[in-house]
Amino acid sequence: MKIKVNLISGRTAAQGANLEAKTHKGYFDACAYCELSPVDLERLGASEGDSLKVNTEFGDVVVFAKTNEGNPEGLAFIPMGPWANAVLSPDTHGCGMPGFKGVPAEIEVTDEEPLDMKSLMKKYIEA
Amino acid sequence: MSEILIKNASVCDPAQRINCETMDICIKDGKIVESVSANAKVINAEGRLTMAGGFDGHTHSAGKINVGRFINPNDSRKNLVPGLSGQVARTEKTRAQVGYNTPNTYAIGYRYAKLGYTTICEAAIPLLAARHTHEEFKEIPILDKMGLSLFGSNWQVMEYIRDKEPEKLAAYVAWGLRASRGYGIKIVNPGGGEAWGWGKNVSGLYDPVPNFDVTPAEILMSLAEVNERLKLPHSVHVHCNNLGKPGNYATTIETMKLFEKVKPSRDRQALHVTHVQFNAYAGTSWRDFETGAPMVADYINGANHLTFDLGQIIFGPAVTMTADGPVEYANARMMHEKWSNQDIELEDASGVVPLFYSPKSFVNAVQWAIGLELALLVKDPWKVMFTTDSPNGGSFVNYPEAFTYLMSAKRREEVISGFSKMALDRMVLPGIDRELDFYELAIMTRSIQSKMYSRPEKGNLKPGSDADIAIYDILPGKIDPSTEYEKMKKAFSGAAYTLKDGEIVVKDGEIEATPKGKIYWVNAKVPSAIDSAMQKDIDVKFRKYYTVSKANYMVEDVYLQKPVEITTEGVF
Amino acid sequence: MPVIKDAVCSLCGSLCDDITVTVENNKITKIENACILGHSKFVGMLEHDRIETPMIRKNGELIPVSYEEAIEAAAKILVNSKRTLSYGWCSTSCEAVSGAIQLAEETGSVIDSTANVCHGPTALAAQEKGSPSATLGEIKNRADVIIFWGCNPVHAHPRHMVRYSSFSKGLFTEKGRKGRKMIVIDVRRTDTAKLSDKYVEIEQGSDLLLVTALRSIVNGHEDVIPETVAGVPKAEVIELAETLMNAKFVCIFFGMGVTQSRSKYKNGDAMSSLISDLNQHTKAVMIGMRGHYNVTGFGQVATWETGFPMAIDFARGYPYYNPGETGANDILVREEPDAAIIAAADPGAHFPQKAVRHLAKIPVIQIDPYPNPTTEIADVVIPAAVVGIEAEGTAYRMDAISLRMKKLIDSKFKTDEEIVKDLTAKVRELKRGA
Repeated sequence: MKIKVNLISGRTAAQGANLEAKTHKGYFDACAYCELSPVDLERLGASEGDSLKVNTEFGDVVVFAKTNEGNPEGLAFIPMGPWANAVLSPDTHGCGMPGFKGVPAEIEVTDEEPLDMKSLMKKYIEA
Repeated sequence: MSEILIKNASVCDPAQRINCETMDICIKDGKIVESVSANAKVINAEGRLTMAGGFDGHTHSAGKINVGRFINPNDSRKNLVPGLSGQVARTEKTRAQVGYNTPNTYAIGYRYAKLGYTTICEAAIPLLAARHTHEEFKEIPILDKMGLSLFGSNWQVMEYIRDKEPEKLAAYVAWGLRASRGYGIKIVNPGGGEAWGWGKNVSGLYDPVPNFDVTPAEILMSLAEVNERLKLPHSVHVHCNNLGKPGNYATTIETMKLFEKVKPSRDRQALHVTHVQFNAYAGTSWRDFETGAPMVADYINGANHLTFDLGQIIFGPAVTMTADGPVEYANARMMHEKWSNQDIELEDASGVVPLFYSPKSFVNAVQWAIGLELALLVKDPWKVMFTTDSPNGGSFVNYPEAFTYLMSAKRREEVISGFSKMALDRMVLPGIDRELDFYELAIMTRSIQSKMYSRPEKGNLKPGSDADIAIYDILPGKIDPSTEYEKMKKAFSGAAYTLKDGEIVVKDGEIEATPKGKIYWVNAKVPSAIDSAMQKDIDVKFRKYYTVSKANYMVEDVYLQKPVEITTEGVF
Repeated sequence: MPVIKDAVCSLCGSLCDDITVTVENNKITKIENACILGHSKFVGMLEHDRIETPMIRKNGELIPVSYEEAIEAAAKILVNSKRTLSYGWCSTSCEAVSGAIQLAEETGSVIDSTANVCHGPTALAAQEKGSPSATLGEIKNRADVIIFWGCNPVHAHPRHMVRYSSFSKGLFTEKGRKGRKMIVIDVRRTDTAKLSDKYVEIEQGSDLLLVTALRSIVNGHEDVIPETVAGVPKAEVIELAETLMNAKFVCIFFGMGVTQSRSKYKNGDAMSSLISDLNQHTKAVMIGMRGHYNVTGFGQVATWETGFPMAIDFARGYPYYNPGETGANDILVREEPDAAIIAAADPGAHFPQKAVRHLAKIPVIQIDPYPNPTTEIADVVIPAAVVGIEAEGTAYRMDAISLRMKKLIDSKFKTDEEIVKDLTAKVRELKRGA
């Protein structure tokens, strides 16, 4: 089961509190997840903590599932950080700012585990 | 430091009543002295015009100007005065430069120095944002700097006036000057800044400020009293109510009259009224708008207690920036221009709006004439400071152009010939044939500033004064300013030499050296009992209303480059 | 034991300056008045990993070296580079920014700040329509209607509402929260929205539609409004406009929901026009919720030193600015830089993959107190003291008020300011040698 969503990223208090401890698990826990409305999560047949694969035209990334009742249906949120940026849009439309909000994405449940920060970054060097 | 002998200078130094006499100037350790040894380095002035370094007593060069730069990136490429504007790559001696009306800090220093100017006074420092002003000062090379601190819409000021606490008011002003490292009291549209906190304005001297139960007239008089009680080196520096409105000349004269009763505590004026061009409008609307300069000049000719500056406009793009928040909003709405605003909690307002002065616009043409009418109709040049209120009337890099208007009726006629009939009907300039000479120009650009700001070491070439000197490629007596204005403009645009504290900073119009300038600030002494009582009141302000702690409010010493502390003893 | 009062918190753009810090044996042992973010910064510092030593990457591994060796290696990268990107400089002091700009000027680099991925569009909006603003104390003392638009201060600026906005009390706002109307406009019900009197949920990316509709109503053209705007019923839009027009003092705080969503700078541009229009009826201002504690300071320093707030290209010897061309992400995506120097910021974490991919290919110099994703792709790593804790300096609050940050404890690490100075001296030495 795949669902189509509109993906946004943004700051959270936990992400901010771990800003200067990005090698720690606290940062991983604060950033490597995707928030969906409970309805969307149910459509996926997933529960909190399951692995989700997020695909966009710019790449894919595996993150944990979370629910947020404040999210309307069809809106997915990943905290700003390297996991979100694996799939967000680099296009600035000529005004300097990449596409951090409003990127069409597909989400599905996966057996893969989210990569920790260093492993995620290693992919850039290998590429 | 080595000695310098400037030989064969045609010295124009009104402070010593020297009018273009050929003589030598001796310099030692950055000061002008009576004589130097035979080892002195010789500069041969070859009979060229030599004046004290220019002193811009009212310019927006640090602080608010950054908002102007920020919202007008297009200004960076403007090169309307080649050599003094536009983009210039870095060199071994100079940092990169950009801009015209709002140049970067380095360009401000270099370009003033090229004009032979060596001292500037920033016209408006908000107390709370003073640190920013001083950060920019630090990056303006060469020039000596000072700034005027804003008090005209300050809550504590208005409360002390309402509560009739003149001593505490004086203590507060002294503290505010210390906190902002300011040089004097600036009053902008008294009370109007507070009214603008609610999107309103005050309409004149007796229109009470909302919620504070004081009038602009009371603010002016109380701060003037404080100014003299603290024996501050400068008088209060006033931007009148109703700026930019047809008919405002009446408010301006009324404001000037208020000060007739103020006794200056030092040998200087009791009042300085700034950029009067913007406050000398007659008529009742933009339709019947006309010059009010003759009325204002008439009053000034009969008064002996004040000085004023022009706020001359220059045709072309300008950037207006003022603590007069409501004026800027009105400008933006009228011109459909972008509008920046920055109200400062408990203290004042401000705004920035770019605009364009066109000779085709009858209003702009009349504004242009009004500035010159004021300069030429006021008989005594010792009352007149030359400014464009840079960059409100136009960038300071146009000063040489403006000098030609003052010195040549023919040049004025050339400009006026492009005006519409309607514009001509609303001005009196075409009937004025007065032409300033070098002596009068020197008064308006350096000598009056020395007196106005009580800086005897500036703006003159007396032994003991700072060796800030400009030599222009002009041979007085061999040039006719009224016809050879192009030549004159060129000479004033790039000094043959500018010396700052005895160091050659400009030679043949190019930057030679970029020493750091001094910062002047005033520390007015107040009896400790009065100070403590005042401190208790402002502690409440910080606890309840400010968003910054009192401990973090005062500009720290580290921000002051080569500070010169001017102390005064208040009378209590 | 020394207790330092009125310390400035160097975490977010609120720049709270009322922090009390207790220092014992050169360690911060207690912190008062800070929020979770500030607390984590001050006290958490002891728990966080530091970059313990300068390092140079050799055969894929970062190897410890001395400061001198790292500075020399970094200077060589800069001298050999034809097009360097200098990026970041926002979690540091204005004094360090000033040094960085001079270095960029001397090396003909492009220098950009984190505004590139934050409030860069806000700068563009101001350049289109101006920035009608006020200091935060004006909001505290006067505002009776406060909008948080596309921002979430509960998470990003936790003390903002208490110190400056919703909950603060001032001269004309004695009742604090009770006397104020707090409105949140967002695409999801955030924790800030949960505290509001009125939450307006809009369709993601449709901010411009709502701003434009509000302007139409404010300017008396209610009739042109369609039945729904940005997913909001017309009646609700009209009610919102009336709330604004009937207020005594309106402030719109806006965040990355506005700057990063579709229409980007056009959103802020329209909002600036809305503020101007509202001032025909009442008093209104807008303030960007700046993230990094000194991203505003970078903009200020860069503007007075170069004429531009960000994205400054010194290739021509003088500053050149065209943010859609000279912005950090644009030049990385075009694969233009052949080297990068990154300080006090983390593009490894905060740039989209395509930009990071190019960074991973070129020599990268990193200056930072803490290891982060950028460290993983850096070739020379230079550890720095933490500004605001181990080093003093100037920072600008989101409302462009500058404050002096204190040095609270000693550090074995060099400050950003010192590192830039050393690096510039080394670059000059190498250039002279060549």
